[in-house]
This record gives sequence, C-alpha cells and structure tokens, in this order.
Amino acid sequence: MTAPTHRRTGRRTRVRAGRTPWILVVPAVVGVLFLVLPFAGLLVRAPWSTMGARITDPAVLSALWLSLSTASVATAVSLLFGVPLAWLLARTRFPGRRLVRALVTVPLVIPPVVGGVALLLVLGRNGLVGRYLDAWFGLTLPFTPAAVVVAQVFVAMPFLVISVEGALRGADRRYEEAAATLGASRTTVFARVTLPMVLPGIAAGAALCWARALGEFGATITFAGNFPGTTQTMPLAVYIAMQRDPEAAIVLSLVLLLVSLAVLATLRERWVNAR
Amino acid sequence: MRDALHRTAGGTARRAAPRSRTRLRGPVAVLAAAVLALTACGGPGDGGAGEGAGGELTVLAAASLTDVFTDIAADFERAHPGTRVTLNFAGSSELAQQINSGAPADVFAAADTATMEQVVEGEGLDADWAAEHGTHGLVFATNTLRIAVPPDNPAGIEAFADLAADGVQVAVCAEEVPCGAATRTAMDASGVEITPVTLEEDVRAVLTKVELGEVDAGLVYATDVDSARGRVEGLEFPEAEEAVNEYPIGVPAGAADPVLAAAWVDAVTSGNGAAALADAGFGTP
Repeated sequence: MTAPTHRRTGRRTRVRAGRTPWILVVPAVVGVLFLVLPFAGLLVRAPWSTMGARITDPAVLSALWLSLSTASVATAVSLLFGVPLAWLLARTRFPGRRLVRALVTVPLVIPPVVGGVALLLVLGRNGLVGRYLDAWFGLTLPFTPAAVVVAQVFVAMPFLVISVEGALRGADRRYEEAAATLGASRTTVFARVTLPMVLPGIAAGAALCWARALGEFGATITFAGNFPGTTQTMPLAVYIAMQRDPEAAIVLSLVLLLVSLAVLATLRERWVNAR
Repeated sequence: MRDALHRTAGGTARRAAPRSRTRLRGPVAVLAAAVLALTACGGPGDGGAGEGAGGELTVLAAASLTDVFTDIAADFERAHPGTRVTLNFAGSSELAQQINSGAPADVFAAADTATMEQVVEGEGLDADWAAEHGTHGLVFATNTLRIAVPPDNPAGIEAFADLAADGVQVAVCAEEVPCGAATRTAMDASGVEITPVTLEEDVRAVLTKVELGEVDAGLVYATDVDSARGRVEGLEFPEAEEAVNEYPIGVPAGAADPVLAAAWVDAVTSGNGAAALADAGFGTP
C-alpha cells in the first residue's frame, strides 16, 4: 500500500467553490431520490421478524456463494481478455477497428435473454462450436457453473473494456513516449508505464464489471439454466422466489444488495489512494 | 428456433431485469380508471354487454393462452363493435401479483387454481360475478403434461420412468410455477423421481431447451407440444393423468366494466371459444 498523496486536498478546490448552484442541486437530488427510493421500498416491505431464519437458510447461502464466486471468476476472465482488448482499441490502428469497437458493445444493447440463446446456439450441445467441444473433449457447457461464468463474462466484459479504453485515451501519452525513446519495448512500456497509470480506470471498470456480473439474470437462466447449488445464482433465486413468496424475494434482494455494497465499498477504500 | 427467438423477443421486457421493473401502477391505475370512467359515460345505449357497448376490456392471461385468447379477442371485438380488448400475457404468478398491486384488470385467466387463489385472497373477485359463477373462479380448460423430446429423440425416451435414468438430461419447470407444480404431482403420484439439470422459470423456457436439443427431454403441456409441432415430439404418458392442470378464469374486484368482463368469460366458455381451446390442445373440464 502506498501512502495517500496529498496533492489534491480539499483546500485548493474549496477556494474556488462559491455557493452551489441550485440549478444543479435540484436535478441531482431528484436523481438520487429516484435511485434510492425503490431501495427504501424494499426496506419498508422487508419481513424483519423472519429475516434471520431466511438469511441463514442453506439454499440462500449456497446461491449467494455461487453468485459471489462466479461473478469474481467472470471479472478475472474479463480482466484477462478485456484489458488487452481495450489497449488494442485505444492504442493501435488496424482496419475495422471501429467495427470491432461497435461489436464489443453489442452485449450492452441486446436483451440478455437473446444473448443467452445466442450463447446456446454457439456453445450449446448442438451449437456451432459446442458440438465439437462435446464430440472431441466430452465437454458440455450448459447447466454447469462454467456456463454461469460464460454468461456473466458475455454481458459484463463490455463494461470493463469501455472503462479501460476511456482511461487509456485520457492518459498522458508523453510518459509512454519517453519510456519508448529510452529504449523500452512496447511490452515493457505497457507493463511498467501504461498499466500503472490506468490502474484506477481498470479498478473502476472491474468493479462495474463485477457488479453487472453479480446482477446477471437473463443470459444466465437461458444459457446455464437454473438448478440450486449448480447454476442458481442470487438473481435467479430472487426471480423464482418472486413467483410464490414475494417476501422471500425481498430478503434475497436485500442480502444481494448489502453484500455487493459492502464488497464495492471495501474495494473503494483500497483503491481510493490510487485516485 | 424461430419460436425461441420469438419467445425471447416477447418475454424480454419482463424477464431481462426483474429487479428494475418500473412500478407506476398506482398512478396508471388511477389514470386508467379516470379514462374508463369518462369513456364509460359515453352516451345513450350504454347498456353493457351485447349491445355494442364501446369500451376497453383488459384481459390478463397465462402465457399458454396467447394464441387462443388472441383469436377469441378478434371474435369478441366483432361481436361487440366499439369495444377494444387489450390482452396482456405473462406468467400467471406474475400477473396475479400485478393485479394484487392494483394493475387494471377486467378479466384474469390463470394456468392453475393456486394462482387464482392468490388473487381471490388478495384483490378479490367481483362480488356479483363470483356469486353467479363461483367464488374461486370458473374452470374453463384443462392442460395435461407431455414429455417433449427433440425430433430425433437422442436418448430414446419412451416412458415417464426413462426420464429418471442416469445420463438423461431433463429440463422441467421450477416448482414455484404451475407447470412445475404439476410435474411434482406427477412424480409423487408415480414414485418416479427425476433429477433434472435445470428448473426453468416457465414452460416456454423448457420448450426452448428441448427445441435446441440442449436437453434429451422436457416436461411441458400438451398445448406447448401442439404449438411447437415439427420442432419437438410429444409423448403422452399415463402418469400425467394424476396432474391435470385446471385453468380458472375470473373477474377481479377492481374490474372497470364487470358486465363486459362477464361477457368475455361467456365468450371463452361458449361454442367458438371452447372450440378454439380444443383446437389448441386444451381439454375441457
């Protein structure tokens, strides 16, 4: 851990800040209320008396564990492939780069359920690629935890790529150029200069990616199915509970919310020094 | 496959993000009631059903009724000139919750009696209608489970017990939804315990997985096999008789036009409606 830098303490910024313009405050407050009120609604409707018993239910805990572990693996996989992809988009010129960038954002736009069907058509037992995985390696993805990760990577990786690409575009190129003129190879420049510089951007992208993976529903239930302990993540458990027992669904949602907020807040604490 | 994509296109809005469904129901309900009140005070000859009363009829029905109710709605609009029927198809449980949250509904048709009970105990049924037709709704159709297999039947399924064999991949509905409850009943009655690879959120999702050949078999309704004719094969099995699903229909207490709603129920249970149901593979109670 590095010591926090005090280059940008509050003093310098506060000198310039006069009265906060209400024209910004009013819509900001409305925005916050709009985002927070539904959460308040959940808190009001929550069955507090039976909360303890419901939370410690083994089925809930196994869904929560599956959610946390698959979302974390999905984030790791997204980092592995997404950061290099973002670098290519931001730092190199190749024919069709714009098309590639547009294609990367496709999962953001298409409904996740359609994404799940598309994954089945490619990686399913009879899919374009899946049929060979099955024939050559005896590998079938659907209905396994691996399928949950695949679905999550599909919908969440674009968030990471976009964040990191933005950070790379905003980074000062002169440091990289200086390193290159001093004889560093492109790989060394990337590992020793570029990567440390955009680390906050990568962290923010990873947090966004993790949160999106955690909340993934449509592609997961379509591609991985829904089986407790194997592929039933929290969002799936919430949806199924909603059919018969809305109170249970509210409890599950609150657990998911609190756990994800706690994780993201902890990470922020760690990364805040890097900002 | 076309059907699978079609299904997702239709079902996306409600399935993509259950956590973020906008709920403007209160205001919308008030607004709709106001509009209905204004239009209902239309003019002379506003004698309710059968006289060509101009009006809006909002019908909430289980997804499995989509094709049949769409046909019945066309007939109904012809028989009641000036009436506009708005159809809303989704999972029964979801619709029941919407009605209990105050969503406008003149008619509710559920895929099982348990779901109708949710509305009976929540919003309640229209007192006059219930007194005449039944306090728990009126059963107008039945549906029986079938084993759906891909056309080439890769696992060679012939009987219900084959689904419990090792290495057979089976998709069934989650027990929280009507088709899953029926599956559970059939398993309990026959002593055959299937270990599925997935518990799907609705019967269409099971059908998709069978159509794509991702599972060796799925348990769906007779009507689903009919709708996917050519893309899946349906097998009847005697154990299904233990788990016949009853479809009740009713007029919720909040109905804006109970008279017109009652006319709709009559249309469903009468000649043309009953014939359309039979064509789609539904049984008669």
